[in-house]
Amino acid sequence: MREDNAVNDMQEKLVNAGYIAERSLSSTLLLFTELQRPLLLEGDAGVGKTEIARVLSQVFACPLIRLQCYEGLDVNSAVYEWNYQHQLLAIKLLEQDHVSAQNAEQQIFSEQYLLQRPLLQAITQQQSPVLLIDEIDRADEEFEAYLLELLSDFQVSVPEIGTIPATSRPYVILTSNGTRELSDALRRRCLYHYVEYPEFDKELRIVNARIPDIGPQLARQVVAFVQELRKLDLRKKPGIAETLDWAAALLRLDVNTLDSDVQTIMDSLVCLLKTREDSYNLGELEVQRLMAKAV
Amino acid sequence: MTTLATNDSKSDMSGLIQARLVEFVRLARDNDFQVGVAEEVDAQRVAASCGIMNSQRLRWGLRALLCSEQQDWARFDELFDAYWLPGNVKSHYQPMPSAAMQSELNGKTNVQNSAQSSIAAADTPGHGDGSDAADDGAREGASAGENLATMDFQQMTETSQMRAMERLVESLARFMRRRAIRRYRSGKQGRRIHLRATLRNSLRFGGTPLNLVFRARRKRQPRLILIVDVSRSMSMYSYLFLRFARGLLNVFSDASAFAYHTRLVPISETLRHSDLFRVRSSLAMISQGWSGGTRIGECLGSFNDDYARLLNSRSIVIVISDGLDTGEPEDLTRQLGLIKARCRKLIWLNPLLGRQGYEPKTRSMLAALPLIDLFAPAHNLQSLKNLESELIAL
Repeated sequence: MREDNAVNDMQEKLVNAGYIAERSLSSTLLLFTELQRPLLLEGDAGVGKTEIARVLSQVFACPLIRLQCYEGLDVNSAVYEWNYQHQLLAIKLLEQDHVSAQNAEQQIFSEQYLLQRPLLQAITQQQSPVLLIDEIDRADEEFEAYLLELLSDFQVSVPEIGTIPATSRPYVILTSNGTRELSDALRRRCLYHYVEYPEFDKELRIVNARIPDIGPQLARQVVAFVQELRKLDLRKKPGIAETLDWAAALLRLDVNTLDSDVQTIMDSLVCLLKTREDSYNLGELEVQRLMAKAV
Repeated sequence: MTTLATNDSKSDMSGLIQARLVEFVRLARDNDFQVGVAEEVDAQRVAASCGIMNSQRLRWGLRALLCSEQQDWARFDELFDAYWLPGNVKSHYQPMPSAAMQSELNGKTNVQNSAQSSIAAADTPGHGDGSDAADDGAREGASAGENLATMDFQQMTETSQMRAMERLVESLARFMRRRAIRRYRSGKQGRRIHLRATLRNSLRFGGTPLNLVFRARRKRQPRLILIVDVSRSMSMYSYLFLRFARGLLNVFSDASAFAYHTRLVPISETLRHSDLFRVRSSLAMISQGWSGGTRIGECLGSFNDDYARLLNSRSIVIVISDGLDTGEPEDLTRQLGLIKARCRKLIWLNPLLGRQGYEPKTRSMLAALPLIDLFAPAHNLQSLKNLESELIAL
């Protein structure tokens, strides 16, 4: 029973921080905090992967450090960089003071002139932060290999100063959208959770929590409509963010129930359908069918 | 394990549970889950944290620990139930879940062997021929399956081999990009400072070079255009080539792919889709082809009509086909000539060329030969790998 309580606690904390999670996710997150392994989150875009990291930082009351990956990400923008401008100015000043070259070198290559980028920042905090490495699949393999090394040793070596050991172990969360397949080594090192599109009940709770003004009837219809929409063969399925956008848009348009005006609904679908093909393929008849089902 | 199971009442309970956990982790490993010794240890911590009596939490915990991709996620429950829930004695469980449904007992040893061999291949990267790994140590994808590298695609029958090959083909495509880009990047990474411009800029700071000016890179990647034959005669190969095309598309920023049989279809969008499952099923559909004869000339003609704008001085056109054609050879040469005139390089890959004793004697192939810059075999990994230098030399 004790363990169940722990999971319930976690779930409750997440809800208080504004995130509605299934029990299985709460259980994984609990484990994640206990095992101190990195957590790899996968799932379609818009299911709330990034949000989990933000909420966790709130639950632990610790800073969130985010590293957005992109192709060509390198050590200079991920780990550290020297502050060249400062160094040059310092050299000028030291020249005036007639400091010996050796001393000068020691001075300008000190931590004072080191710019910390997210990864170095994450391991030198007083308190363990949540480190979010977003869309790791966008970075290239070389960076992935470097990350693996960092995640096992928790230290960074800077040739000019030496090794900087970690003062705290960050909670590492990685997210991936499957742009390319990740290496087995990285996958193996991580806990794994696949975040699915939410079930009807969960999505309804999310909509109610985020847009309190929405009436119970419209909320129910909106969620039912989106759930049906996801079953269609779309190129880009709407995520939770899209559902929320759409609900807010409908509120703005003074729509109280989905069975009102087809044209208004059609116009508001720009919130849900994000590619030309999808909005082209979804004709009025199809929308009416979905609306009838949702109502 | 049976001895453990019989003395359970007397022996230490926790010891038994530990052994059962370790056994479960090993079972997962035998089923192609990516787990190692570290996971055996951590499984104990998971069990301690989740509580062994709470099956739901134990399931979730072990799932998070042992799974590493979506496929694992989907089949974990089956494995967990089979091992932990009463009524399922372990020996009834087959090492490969898909095989378990097809054959009950007689296929067991066979399946086990193939599972083990694929694991062995996956666990020892760089074990094959060390010579090609030596130059930069980045060839893990290709050298892990050295034995697969020289095997004809056509001879691959088992699904596990096929899967391994799919992965290899994609990672090979990815590796090609790395090579191509490494050259392209060396300009950027070696980033030479443009001294003259830097000094000029520094004049207003009294000669201190506060703003550095770098030399811009020049090299550009080639534009790739793949045209894949998916006719009946190519059916043994086309699926793999489509995977290869997917790999290339994902990594070359400027690439497009087409499939043809009786008509030409652009498939770049389908291939670029990030959902592997959907890509797989649509690839399977595309690679089945349509009925009717292959008309290469006509299809290339519709390429010229609709997509000729893709061709420029840095595009490489790769046609993958066995050259078996029901159309007129004149038509083919005319269309190929049009393409050839507008692109940098025209490559024709023929999977039949790798076979012993094959000579391109069909009328179409003979007619096409003079126009082709590179006529190469494409029947196994090795032959695809050899393409790399052609793609870089631009």
